[in-house]
Amino acid sequence: MSTLLEVRGLVKRFGGLVATDHLNLDVRSGEIHALIGPNGAGKTTVINQLFGDFAPDEGDITFDGASLLGLPTPARVQRGLGRTFQITRLLPDFTALEHLLLAVQAHQGHCFRFFRPARSDPRLLSPAREALARVDLADRADIKVSALSHGERKELELAIALALHPKLLLLDEPMAGLGASETEGMVRLLESLRGEVTMLLVEHDMDAVFALADRITVLVYGKAIASGTSDEIQANPEVKIAYLGEGDA
Amino acid sequence: MTRQNVSIVLIVVLGALLLAVPALAAALGNPALVGLATRVLIYAIAAASLNLVLGYGGMVSFGHAAFLGVGGYVVGILFHHFRFSEPLFGVIAGSDQLLVVLPAAVLITGILAAGIGALALRTSGVQFIMITLAFAQMLYFFFIALKTYGGDDGLVIRRRSALFDLDMRDDRTFFYVVLGFAVTFFAIYATVIRSRFGLLLGAIRQNESRVAAVGIAPYRYKLAAFVISGMGAGLAGALLANYQRFVSPDMLHWTKSGELMMMVILGGAGTLFGPLFGAAALISLETYLTQWTERWMLILGPVLILIVLFMRGGIAGLIDQLLRRLK
Ligand SMILES: Nc1ncnc2c1ncn2[C@@H]1O[C@H](COP(=O)(O)OP(=O)(O)OP(=O)(O)O)[C@@H](O)[C@H]1O
Ligand SMILES: [Mg+2]
Repeated sequence: MSTLLEVRGLVKRFGGLVATDHLNLDVRSGEIHALIGPNGAGKTTVINQLFGDFAPDEGDITFDGASLLGLPTPARVQRGLGRTFQITRLLPDFTALEHLLLAVQAHQGHCFRFFRPARSDPRLLSPAREALARVDLADRADIKVSALSHGERKELELAIALALHPKLLLLDEPMAGLGASETEGMVRLLESLRGEVTMLLVEHDMDAVFALADRITVLVYGKAIASGTSDEIQANPEVKIAYLGEGDA
Repeated sequence: MTRQNVSIVLIVVLGALLLAVPALAAALGNPALVGLATRVLIYAIAAASLNLVLGYGGMVSFGHAAFLGVGGYVVGILFHHFRFSEPLFGVIAGSDQLLVVLPAAVLITGILAAGIGALALRTSGVQFIMITLAFAQMLYFFFIALKTYGGDDGLVIRRRSALFDLDMRDDRTFFYVVLGFAVTFFAIYATVIRSRFGLLLGAIRQNESRVAAVGIAPYRYKLAAFVISGMGAGLAGALLANYQRFVSPDMLHWTKSGELMMMVILGGAGTLFGPLFGAAALISLETYLTQWTERWMLILGPVLILIVLFMRGGIAGLIDQLLRRLK
């Protein structure tokens, strides 16, 4: 399998704090790669650098054969990065469907259209409804975000990302705050996307991680202390001490 | 009533009311009503233009009077050169034709908005407010210094621009001409708001980082909205200059920008007809309150604060709620 994302020697400092510490990370095409680590390990910081929220102090990020350094977020999205946020970033005045209309029109690249009404355009509506159906939100299409449950918002974020047909999906704690059955649904959903889209999955729910991940990288204090298959990670003594031992006990 | 029915009812009622203004004014024995309604329509165009960036796009421009004023000056200056038949810069002939001076005003204010917007939109929040204000004040002082065109005395336009063979001196005729432009303008404005561009603009207002995350860099779209908005305000300025047959730096003063903002907020920011209601309310209040006190702002200020605090959606929101209660 080819490498889709290659992170080399990535360093990010916040004042004295080294939030990302000479990180190397490879995500192969088609895999679900989990990035785990205790609270404050720097997982979101890694995602932010991949997505272009801020620049790393050192190191390089190669995606699909080209460096991402210096590119703003929209350019990275156009190259095939998609993301869901740990704290959902949605539009309070928009309905679920309107979010998808926006995503679809962004993906189609036609935003300088001033005359045809957007909300009744079948070329936007049918892919938008499809994406909503994919995450089981078809019957919530006309509900405003403020009236959606926490779980539904997480699903909506995923639907938006999927509507952009990304090559690599960065998922920052998609199960956080979900109930047991919702978590199950999310795991099933992500499982159904396996092979269709490559994923870098940040998640605290270890059952979900072990169920989904082809490979796992463990981050502690910004450093990758181990990387391997689920079995290898579960057997790794260092990981047990640093993370699983205390975090998941 | 459904949202769609509310819009239809509003359009029908407003349309009928506006068409009947000259007849109503005659019936009430109050011919000044026609002039009042003309000013309301003109300011509604300006406020709706501001609403596109402020209400829909979330860009708080505190300098829109600049476009109003420059639109007016284009008419004044072109008329000035027409009257003395000396071309501007030796090449551009003056004109007194409405169908020449209006497009010219729209074009010039569009270019001006592109320049101001390109710089101002690199900032946001309070900085954006201050920069738009600063540009408008710069232009205000520029026109004060521009003695060729009257400086702070302003520039008198002897005759309204000509349109076909219409008698533009007749206030009723002029009212219908303005109504025609206002209807056309509002039709375009409503279409733009409902388009893909309009949808995106609404998203940009709510959260730019969400927009970036779907792969869209907001800047170009904000700039486009700002340019369209400037052009609309320029159109209004050109009509206003024609109506009052006079332009002066006062049209660019920051208090004028403030009035436009008040119209938008009072009427309902981010609503289709809000700017029209806001313009109607503010101009009527101004006209009637000034009759018994110079300090009309002292009364209007608190009214505005109450509306902002307790009436989300302004007058348009209130009307919408009332109509929806009806069967
Ligand atoms: N913008 C910032 N400025 C300063 N410090 C920051 C910033 N963002 C993150 N940090 C710090 O960097 C460290 C890593 O934070 P990060 O959010 O990446 O952790 P995380 O692994 O995602 O944690 P969690 O599991 O709680 O989401 C923390 O100590 C955090 O306080
Ligand atoms: Mg995090």
